[in-house]
Amino acid sequence: MLDNTQVERLEAEAVNSAKVRQPLYAPRKKIFPKRASGSFRRFKWLVMAITLGIYYLTPWLRWDRGPFAPDQAVLIDLANRRFYFFFIEIWPQEFYYVAGLLVMAGIGLFLITSTVGRAWCGYTCPQTVWVDLFLVVERAIEGDRNARIKLDAGPWTARKFVLRVSKHAIWLVIAAATGGAWIFYFADAPTLIGEVFTGTAAPVAYITIGVLTATTYTFGGLMREQVCTYMCPWPRIQAAMLDENSLTVTYNDWRGEPRSRHAKKVQAAGQPVGDCVDCNACVAVCPMGIDIRDGQQLECITCALCIDACDSVMDKLGKERGLISYATLSDYNANMAVATAGGSCSVNPSLVRTDGGAFSDRLAHFHIRKIFRPRTFIYMGAWSAVGIALLYSLLTRDRLEVNVLHDRNPQFVTLSDGSIRNGYTVKLLNMIPEPRTIVVTMQGLRGGEMSVVGIDLPADRSFAVAVEPDRLKMLKVFVRQPADQVGSATQTFKFRVEDKASFETDEYTATFNAPEITR
Amino acid sequence: MSDEHIDEVSGISTTGHEWDGIRELNNPLPRWWVITFYITIVWAIGYTIAYPAWPMLTSATKGMLGYSSRGDVNNELAAAEIAKAKYAAAIQSKTVSEIAGDDALREFAVAAGSAAYKVNCVQCHASGAQGSTGFPNLNDDDWLWGGTAEQIQQTITHGIRFVSVPDTRLSEMPAFGEIITGDQVAQVSTYVASLSGPVQDAKLVEPGAKVFAENCVACHGDNAKGNKELGAPDLTDAIWLYGSNETAIAAQVRAPKHGVMPAWVERLGETKVKELAVYIHSLGGGE
Repeated sequence: MLDNTQVERLEAEAVNSAKVRQPLYAPRKKIFPKRASGSFRRFKWLVMAITLGIYYLTPWLRWDRGPFAPDQAVLIDLANRRFYFFFIEIWPQEFYYVAGLLVMAGIGLFLITSTVGRAWCGYTCPQTVWVDLFLVVERAIEGDRNARIKLDAGPWTARKFVLRVSKHAIWLVIAAATGGAWIFYFADAPTLIGEVFTGTAAPVAYITIGVLTATTYTFGGLMREQVCTYMCPWPRIQAAMLDENSLTVTYNDWRGEPRSRHAKKVQAAGQPVGDCVDCNACVAVCPMGIDIRDGQQLECITCALCIDACDSVMDKLGKERGLISYATLSDYNANMAVATAGGSCSVNPSLVRTDGGAFSDRLAHFHIRKIFRPRTFIYMGAWSAVGIALLYSLLTRDRLEVNVLHDRNPQFVTLSDGSIRNGYTVKLLNMIPEPRTIVVTMQGLRGGEMSVVGIDLPADRSFAVAVEPDRLKMLKVFVRQPADQVGSATQTFKFRVEDKASFETDEYTATFNAPEITR
Repeated sequence: MSDEHIDEVSGISTTGHEWDGIRELNNPLPRWWVITFYITIVWAIGYTIAYPAWPMLTSATKGMLGYSSRGDVNNELAAAEIAKAKYAAAIQSKTVSEIAGDDALREFAVAAGSAAYKVNCVQCHASGAQGSTGFPNLNDDDWLWGGTAEQIQQTITHGIRFVSVPDTRLSEMPAFGEIITGDQVAQVSTYVASLSGPVQDAKLVEPGAKVFAENCVACHGDNAKGNKELGAPDLTDAIWLYGSNETAIAAQVRAPKHGVMPAWVERLGETKVKELAVYIHSLGGGE
């Protein structure tokens, strides 16, 4: 028998014990991003100006389509079920163009993400752009990071009240302008803006403005990074999209570690010291509130502001830029191998430098070749294939169409002279904004004759009809065949339509039914 | 249980309820939730005042806005009536030929007539207006009483052999089984059948023609083309209301069946009858 002191004690700790357990709900910790400056910030200003410009100004562009169609360059005309995009007009049945564009957008997102990481998130996503815009306002009113932290922590003074009210007021104005701009895509913008301000616009316009104002204000002003972290699916998908050759914002700890605030002292003590001076500039500018030095993480939208922040610190210290940089995982791993002597020790920055202090030529650098790899070729190929198919179909699509519905009840009618008559609903689609005269011809039915309700032409096998611009014309057409010409119970023949001016044609193969036995 | 207990992990007091050592935290409700909750209460009170809500003995409270779903329907119907009024007035003031000649009016009349047809006419003339034995097909170009829009309107208005209406279309073929012999019936039936197709016994055609000339031409005409004034059918065409073979014809000669159609104007009104006439005329056989 062993006594209890002789039983070996296992080194184990309950990970879920009450002492270490975290609450399931954590309140949001506010983030006060500091203003960054540098080339990426400048690029982001540019992207912001372009994307906001596109969004706000597009509905105001004009495009002359003649007297029978709206002159708004981009217009989603829900009432008349038309979509106008510059020289393109899309009818509802051509919605596959939109589907094709969405497919292209999806594949394009894959392509971009596999090459330059979450560039969509960091630069062009509306959430990022509007948060950036809201932060501009916040900084202009409340000051930069430290001032904002102080204000937020401070008591509710008159000044704080004024600052907060004016900030939220400007945010609401931006939000309302955002919601307001949206509706102009759905109606003639110059007319609608007058109606909106005189209170005569349709209720749906005000509801849309209200909803989009609320979402813009909430997402851009109040929720900010939480939208990306908790609501958006894309951060979850990115793991499948990135590979070891994708560029992402990377903290290069192979030259940064061991980080130290007192480099000289540490160096004097003969210890290795990296380039990172642990100034936290990268953390302070981060709009997502993360530390990029922890490595690539779900929250990182790769806005690259930490690169700007770090580069300016490196400049001040007289060190090479790029402690935080766009790098691929394969380069990073190769360089880590150099810095750790193949993983045999912790990071020793002296291993990546020559004795003169310059970087060793054993270091891997990003090369443009890495973009061209089978994966990106496949994305590029698929993207181009869809694009070319759409373009081909767009350039060769019919702007004149005929659709025919055969009357089913009754399928045929016997007339007094024994001839057989079938009824058809013929739909002529004039898909250009100009009036046209369409000639309808019947082909391939022995002895067949046409007559049309409401058209007093001596119609036989051909008649002409005027179709309004950009409209569908529905005709009730009767076709009769003499009894002695009826071939079989089911015959096929063609309706052919032609615009004699443009030589556009279209055909529809219809059936002609007759009783099994004709007298 | 009354003394306050503070949860160790969260530092939040508990409600004092305990189940097997599990205590319920007394977290306050989120403020936005509480505010929303109070708003819903206020809203609900306002709603019950504004709209029908509380059940009383015979009906519910009416609500200050005077809303009712039945009223909603009536409003929509009234709006539809107003939207239609322009057409309805035009249809009332114009003749059926004028309506049929006007694209917009015809379109409206055909749609309205088609709806009325489906309610009132399908029982006899069938859903596609193709009729059946004894009930005329309205798609074809053979009309017992005339196929112009006006004649169709007349037929629908006053009916056929609808004797309670003075202006009804009236005619009756005698039962020739009591007037001529059985042989003569067979002869004349074969003759009539021969006018539009081959017959079984060609010998009967010549005597049949004689019987026809003696008995039938008064109504059906010398050439057997019929007479629309009398509703006497054309016997030379391919369309037969009661069948086209000699047996069916003989039965009709011996003891004719006569269809009856009601007069519709009192029930449907003149406008609806006009719409129906335009619709029937548009089916393809109109003259």
